[in-house]
Amino acid sequence: MSFLEVTVNLLDGFKTSLFIFFITLLGALPLGLIIAFGSMSKVKIIRTITRTFVWIIRGTPLMLQIILIFYGPGLIFHTNGLGRLPAVLVAFIINYAAYFSEIYRGGIESIAQGQYEAGQVLGMTKTQIFFKVVLLQVIKRIIPPMGNEIITLVKDTSLARVVSVTELLKAAQDIVGLKAIIWPIFYIGAFYLLFTGLLTILFRFIEKKLDYYKG
Amino acid sequence: MAFLQVEDIHKSFGQEEVLKGISFGLEKGEVLSIIGSSGGGKTTLLRSLNQLIIPDKGVIKVNDEIVFDASEGKLSESMLRDRRLHFGLVFQQFNLFPQYNVKRNLTLAAELLCKERGKAAGKSAEEIKKEIKQLDAKAYALLVKVGLENKITAYPGELSGGQQQRVAIARALMLSPDILCFDEPTSALDPELTGEVLKVIGSLKSSESTMVIVTHEMEFARKVSDKVIFMADGVIEEMGTPAEIFDDPKSAKLQNFLNKSQNLGIDDMESGFNAREWAKVAQDGEECLKDNELIRF
Repeated sequence: MSFLEVTVNLLDGFKTSLFIFFITLLGALPLGLIIAFGSMSKVKIIRTITRTFVWIIRGTPLMLQIILIFYGPGLIFHTNGLGRLPAVLVAFIINYAAYFSEIYRGGIESIAQGQYEAGQVLGMTKTQIFFKVVLLQVIKRIIPPMGNEIITLVKDTSLARVVSVTELLKAAQDIVGLKAIIWPIFYIGAFYLLFTGLLTILFRFIEKKLDYYKG
Repeated sequence: MAFLQVEDIHKSFGQEEVLKGISFGLEKGEVLSIIGSSGGGKTTLLRSLNQLIIPDKGVIKVNDEIVFDASEGKLSESMLRDRRLHFGLVFQQFNLFPQYNVKRNLTLAAELLCKERGKAAGKSAEEIKKEIKQLDAKAYALLVKVGLENKITAYPGELSGGQQQRVAIARALMLSPDILCFDEPTSALDPELTGEVLKVIGSLKSSESTMVIVTHEMEFARKVSDKVIFMADGVIEEMGTPAEIFDDPKSAKLQNFLNKSQNLGIDDMESGFNAREWAKVAQDGEECLKDNELIRF
């Protein structure tokens, strides 16, 4: 199997990895914010529920969660359950939303109370204070930890193979199994490196953009 | 009826009653200083005026209009906002918005308010735009007033503490509050920077501007105030003119407090100012008063 053929095959798997990556972000970024507000709620029961949820999701392996969401419905309710890829997406979105929520919460709680009070005495509404005063400051503070988490997500997409979704890692393993050549499994490292490299540049760019002010 | 009328304000945090029935009146154009030891309730009282803290009991009126009445219960957000706008507040920690430059710090809230009110009054987009343009001019004039017009595009992080506090004063003036409050405006500053801030506050004194200042700067309070309140343990222990409070203190608590702050040399230590310099501040303030270009607020 030529280098080109292998590359084309791997690119097909990489497409699935990218799909999981972007759909996870699309779902988990907003869901994480909702969970963050839940864990900061003034209502104790909401706070307890969301914090327990975050504890469970962060306290168990993502691989286990994928397996549970894929096989669980069939075993418990004897239904067909979700397809392989949808199950993976649901597991990823829930898992990453839990992690993001903690980053958001840390960011929001790090903003001094005085910023809210200044907005209040200037007659701003709660919504205006959040969007015009607090949000950008939160974003600036959470960019580094978010960068970390998002780069981890790139590599975590390989966990999808546990339910036989042909993402990049499985695509390589399939070639290795079929053609009895080992090098494609090392070759995929370059794909991950290239992509995380691009993300690193992107995050550095955003950090620099927000560097125009201190605090 | 006084311009600002505060009647029987109570506030407890848990078991502890921090304000035990505060009442006083202040006329338009008067400056009130509130002094006293830490934990005496000064800041709580000031924050109650601005309704950052909601008192448990009592009434606050400005110009005979009720701005707070505990018996009304919880107000809607828009009601609360409207009433809050009678008061401006300058914080101990400045609380400027770090991501906006000086000009935007001044105009942000004013612009939002202008848009909202303009829309509610059915004004056209053109009219609203024109009003917003005028806000820019007002912001510039206020920055001239606090002596920072050359910092208009600077970010708060690039300014000294004293400069930041002067910007915060200008920002509070943008919304033309009836009463401007200061919460220990120089306590977070290095000694050499307190002078410039006190000077600006002193220069604001005019027949139109009513101010309430919580301060540890006794000399400043004596020079600038028309009225001084000494608070201790949640009550007004003594109230009077600066001469009455500082030269002829009646209660043992006040005598004790004044002695302590003198012995410690707090005045001089905190401000790095001596009497001669104060005389100059007072003179500058008077000159400002003669200037009819004072910005009304």
